[in-house]
Amino acid sequence: MNFHLILFLAFGAVCVGGAVNLLAQRHPINSALSLIAVMAALAGEYLLLGAEFVAAVQVIVYAGAIMVLFVFVIMLLNAGEEEETKGSRVAILFGVPGMLIASVLMAWVVLRHSGTEAVAIGALPGNPTDLAQLLFHDFLLPFEVTSVLILIAIMGAVVLASKPDSTAGKVE
Amino acid sequence: MRSRPLRSRLTDLISTLGEEATALPIGIFILVSVIKSAIILFVLLTAVAYTVWLERKVVGRMQNRWGPTRVGPFGLLQPAADGIKFLFKEDLTPPHVYKPLFLAAPLIAVIFALTSISVIPFGNSIRLFGYDIPLQITDVNIGLLLILGVTSMGVYGVALAGWSSNNKYSLLGGLRASAQMVSYEIALGLSLVGVLIQSSSFSLRAIVDAQGGRFLGFIPRWNIFHGQFIGFFIYLMAAYAETNRIPFDLPEAETELVAGYHTEYSAMKFAMFFMAEYANMVTVACLATLLFFGGWHGPVFGPPLLQAVLPVFWFVAKVFCFLFLYIWVRGTLPRFRYDQLMDFGWKFLLPLAIANLVATAIAVAW
Repeated sequence: MNFHLILFLAFGAVCVGGAVNLLAQRHPINSALSLIAVMAALAGEYLLLGAEFVAAVQVIVYAGAIMVLFVFVIMLLNAGEEEETKGSRVAILFGVPGMLIASVLMAWVVLRHSGTEAVAIGALPGNPTDLAQLLFHDFLLPFEVTSVLILIAIMGAVVLASKPDSTAGKVE
Repeated sequence: MRSRPLRSRLTDLISTLGEEATALPIGIFILVSVIKSAIILFVLLTAVAYTVWLERKVVGRMQNRWGPTRVGPFGLLQPAADGIKFLFKEDLTPPHVYKPLFLAAPLIAVIFALTSISVIPFGNSIRLFGYDIPLQITDVNIGLLLILGVTSMGVYGVALAGWSSNNKYSLLGGLRASAQMVSYEIALGLSLVGVLIQSSSFSLRAIVDAQGGRFLGFIPRWNIFHGQFIGFFIYLMAAYAETNRIPFDLPEAETELVAGYHTEYSAMKFAMFFMAEYANMVTVACLATLLFFGGWHGPVFGPPLLQAVLPVFWFVAKVFCFLFLYIWVRGTLPRFRYDQLMDFGWKFLLPLAIANLVATAIAVAW
């Protein structure tokens, strides 16, 4: 067993464990923290693939910025522990095995239809220079169009969040 | 990130080791790394302790009093006395807190604060026993991004401390801290992009190497003299806000929030927040030195031993100046009001940073 495989499995275990813990926890802040663990472990997996820039951005954007806002909202609303419901027995009886079967099936199909050899480390463009070449040269138009799309989404959020009464007939 | 520098450094080691030592290259590599980490951690923690001493001393003089004088000459042993005091104080855990996070929060704060030092270079490589040993724990090609990522994770220490304390003052402090840090992170990141465009690398060593040489024979080619004057001031202000220092210390504003997010903490747990704050100050000072003030570049002269030591000396001297500036600002400025803080970040620093970025991009493309 080589060292990379061990690390891959370790990060993968943290990832899956965090995701399961996210569902199992009853307090929203614990769920949010498990999601951070998932994000951080994903960043580790990207590093193992040699995608340094993507890994760093994963940590800065997801774990460092978006999840901070999640935690912020949970703190601000002071969301308490959720009540434990027994849940429907049907969901547990059929849901868990069903999910397991579906994921195994999906993994099997993916493994069948893609090449069996693993991607070599550093084979995909991962360092900042390669990525910049792709984003700002080869795929410049899609990249810029996406940024406009995100800008529209931000403006939409601002419009939805602003109260209609406060803006009408009131001088700033 | 890990694999490539490690492998290349290993092959370097193997080639320098020759025949008989090839069996132990990874052992030696790990040994060197462990020794370097231990030394840097020790120096950092000492620097943290003596920055506290310096702050008490300098602010004392600014307010026309002496500061610590009793323990040792000039109060120099005061940090040791403080450390012992923190260790022996009663470690209270209030009954109403959310325990797992209350215990984890100071750890998170201090661990992330200490981690970011690992990619900071403080000099060129030195030759010891035939090996070239770079004066840095590890040189990764996304060094700057790593620091930004680690500092952005440091918010959780403060935010979770505020929330888990189950106390209104703490919660308000934690909320203020997370809002403030997320807001100023944007201006901070954008202020650095100008430097990145000029040196076209994320590696801190490469950024410093790009600043060697002079303009007109006497002005050093540091980034601050190389068009990044505005970028430097945006960085400085945003970094003060990121480290929660005066005039941006609203998360722990004593006059409004008792002590903010660490109101409920005592003894060593409180000291850990303190250590995290000062370690972050040191990191910010190191980054300012590396990115805008040419890192370890400076006049090098004299015998070989002096030549080896001088770059590190210049680096430390510059970092010291920034730490002094921190204290000077603390002794001078009052605290912002909260709406002023947000206005300043979003309506002044952010547009200015974007303008600086556009101007630098145009200048480089010219």
